[in-house]
Amino acid sequence: MADHLDQLENLSIHILREAYANFKSLCMLWSVGKDSTVLLWLARKAFLGHVPFPLVHIDTSFKIPEMIEYRDRLTRQWHLDMIYGINTEALERKETFPDGKVDRLRCCKLLKTEALKNTLSGAWPRYRFNHSADRYEVDPNREPFTGVIVGLRADEEGSRSKERYFSKRDRLSEWDIADQPPEFWNQYKTDFAPGTHVRIHPLLDWTELNIWEYIEREKIPTVSLYYDQGNGKRYRSLGCWPCTFPINSTAKNPREIIEELRSGQLKNIAERSGRAQDAEDGGGLETLRREGYM
Amino acid sequence: MNPAADEKMNIVVAGHVDHGKSTVIGRLLADTDSLPKGKLEQIQELCRRTSRPFEYAFLLDALKDEQAQGITIDSARIFFKSAKRHYLILDAPGHIEFLRNMVTGASHAEAALLVIDAAEGVRENSRRHGYMLSMLGVHQIAVLVNKMDLAGWSRDAFEKIADEYKHFLQEIGLSASFIPVSGMAGDNIARRSERMAWYDGPTVLEALDAFIKEPLPVDKPFRMPVQDVYKFTSAGDQRRIVVGTVETGAVRTGDELIFYPSGKKSRVKTLERFGSPPPQVYEAGQAAAFTLEEQIYLTRGQIAARAGEPAPEIGRRFQVHLFWMGKEPLRTGKDYLLKVGTAKQPMRVEAVLSVMDASDLRMKSGQDFVGYHDVADCILQTARAIAFDLSDRFPTLSRFVIVDEYEIRGGGLIRKVLPDAEEPLRQRVMQRNLKWAMSTLSREQRWERYSQKAALVLITGRKNVGKKTLARALERKLFAEGKLVYFMGIANVLYGVDADIKTPGPDTSHRPEHLRRLGEVANLMLDAGMILIVTAIGLTQSDLEIIRAAVDSDLIEVVWLGPDMTDIQADLQIDNPDNPDEAAAQVKRLLQQKGIIFSV
Repeated sequence: MADHLDQLENLSIHILREAYANFKSLCMLWSVGKDSTVLLWLARKAFLGHVPFPLVHIDTSFKIPEMIEYRDRLTRQWHLDMIYGINTEALERKETFPDGKVDRLRCCKLLKTEALKNTLSGAWPRYRFNHSADRYEVDPNREPFTGVIVGLRADEEGSRSKERYFSKRDRLSEWDIADQPPEFWNQYKTDFAPGTHVRIHPLLDWTELNIWEYIEREKIPTVSLYYDQGNGKRYRSLGCWPCTFPINSTAKNPREIIEELRSGQLKNIAERSGRAQDAEDGGGLETLRREGYM
Repeated sequence: MNPAADEKMNIVVAGHVDHGKSTVIGRLLADTDSLPKGKLEQIQELCRRTSRPFEYAFLLDALKDEQAQGITIDSARIFFKSAKRHYLILDAPGHIEFLRNMVTGASHAEAALLVIDAAEGVRENSRRHGYMLSMLGVHQIAVLVNKMDLAGWSRDAFEKIADEYKHFLQEIGLSASFIPVSGMAGDNIARRSERMAWYDGPTVLEALDAFIKEPLPVDKPFRMPVQDVYKFTSAGDQRRIVVGTVETGAVRTGDELIFYPSGKKSRVKTLERFGSPPPQVYEAGQAAAFTLEEQIYLTRGQIAARAGEPAPEIGRRFQVHLFWMGKEPLRTGKDYLLKVGTAKQPMRVEAVLSVMDASDLRMKSGQDFVGYHDVADCILQTARAIAFDLSDRFPTLSRFVIVDEYEIRGGGLIRKVLPDAEEPLRQRVMQRNLKWAMSTLSREQRWERYSQKAALVLITGRKNVGKKTLARALERKLFAEGKLVYFMGIANVLYGVDADIKTPGPDTSHRPEHLRRLGEVANLMLDAGMILIVTAIGLTQSDLEIIRAAVDSDLIEVVWLGPDMTDIQADLQIDNPDNPDEAAAQVKRLLQQKGIIFSV
């Protein structure tokens, strides 16, 4: 008898395989956080040990250093086709929140949304890991990605709960919440007009608790920032260091995090409560997401 | 911990606009302590600040848009847990233009709550949604007669609505339980109402927990639409792995499988899994992966079934029951795409038999289109034969959707398979494939060795436009580039393979059989890995279908040379036949585009 994690796993694998079969130019976003790492693990299961499409990471230059080390470690170890994109111009002009020139939302828009859109479309340079040279190099291939796999979950916040498994984005990467195609049974939107792309969400039905249960069951390697750093603090969700803060917690491993989520101090507390940009205005994240944010 | 506490069930909440779906859900979340800490207080505070009366519905309206318009736009997902199990509530909005969201929610649900306003009574969407639930296969339903506070907690008001709607559900073959509730006041949601002592049935929470988790259909015949065949040889992996999600039944090592519509047969060699030892069995609901003993040619869209179990249907004309959600009506003669299982085929509506308004079950006939939100019986025709099941036998693979201009705009069930011209031919081809002596070399192995895919290049056009000249120029060009290529003159078949049927004179009655034999000869050459060039005069679409039915390959490229084309759907039309070298270069570009030849 399959348990609920098996059910979630089977549906996610089905969706990943549908994406691979239907999109010629496919990529998967990898933020190196717990959700997209579970997604990466599921991809290896779906494709029997391989990840047959590139992983795309948007580097804001403000990621906690351990995240980048972890990303490159797994890239080598699992032989991943790794690409990163970055908003070099905004960084050079110091148009960032840590530099004090723009507010948090504007910073997110420039360093994440703009970098993501232009990396996906191929308008800006992409840096691809060359395994034989063991370094990132400018990728001559600027082909736009028409299918983009993303590890978001419906329980994260309101606007994400409205997503489809296969969700269309227009030429400007914008999302029209009021005009979404139906998803019947297991038939998804896999046809798209030229110039548009589809975002694919295999983790939509997973909850934060499911993610940790699965990490524990499958023994998936995760960034150590999720666990008590020896000072009674850990990160519940990872982002840029100026805007993401650790919570008080002594959980040292997935088992203890699961306990915390099931019945402990985190029961019924929203996951993203440690993210400052969400608090800027009531619909901050929704505004960002309509414009193309993950 | 309760052993079943990890059980999960998807529930859709449907109903007419403003009948109180969001209020019922908000109340259910609040009364079962399922809300994030502070959420209730936060919304109450917001209402105080904006001088609006608090409503439980606001809890769901996480989006700015919704707060502004006071409506729920999409089928939001809400997680909620009872003492018995986890629920994923798919909140389906009632606004008529958002029916596609309701359909999305309902087609992933195992049971439904249908909300009807006690004061307003049964409305068009109450009936339409009921009808959709039945078509989508949701058969466990609880009807909540809501806003009983506004109906004076009256038993008569409740029973009047319950009787009317029960009658409607009976007409469409559904049954349901009925619960009088007030989302606003919280009566009979999570706690029993004292104001409706006359009601002794379950509360909503109890009704949810009473829904039965239906077992996965593991005891039905094995069905697995082929999602893909994986070969990661460039990564040093020699396995050739067939993948797909098992719809019904189960598959084990050693099982003999038949793939439809081709009729190809093979035995399961190994079940495959990454990260843990392979399982003993893959069964319904599981994302399966396996290798095969024999190297048969498989493509996405075929259905795997077990030898000795009932086979799926095969056809390209069928009678269906469908509903349409496109603003533009579904029309006869227009080109669409049909998706069933993992198959996708160009499709046309041959005839609209009858049209029904799902909100009042009124039937219309004699129209040749299906309008927005109508339900209809139609005859559909796909470009090529596909495999499927019939809705009254194994509904899962009778379910299809229709794609119009990149969007899914309709869906339905296949009820009956109808005869088509190529059916006898398909039977013979299936027999051939069942008997086919298998090489130990796979098609892909040959393709890798020859650096080309096998393909049939059909050059057709009117008399004396230079078809043979082009064929020879193309043959020379590809041969010079190291390709395995062969030009087969039509006379080579006519006077040899066709010697017994070729009669002198203008008699053309042997033409279909001639084309079939041509197809069979081509099939052998393609199996050997050849790029085969054939010329024929004035081929039509139906001629092409005969050849297609006999050739076990997707790789048939049709080139029409010269003007005055028949109804054939050509991959390339060459207007100027006078320059054979230029024309040959054009055909070569086509073969490169289609990935048949790779080198420059």
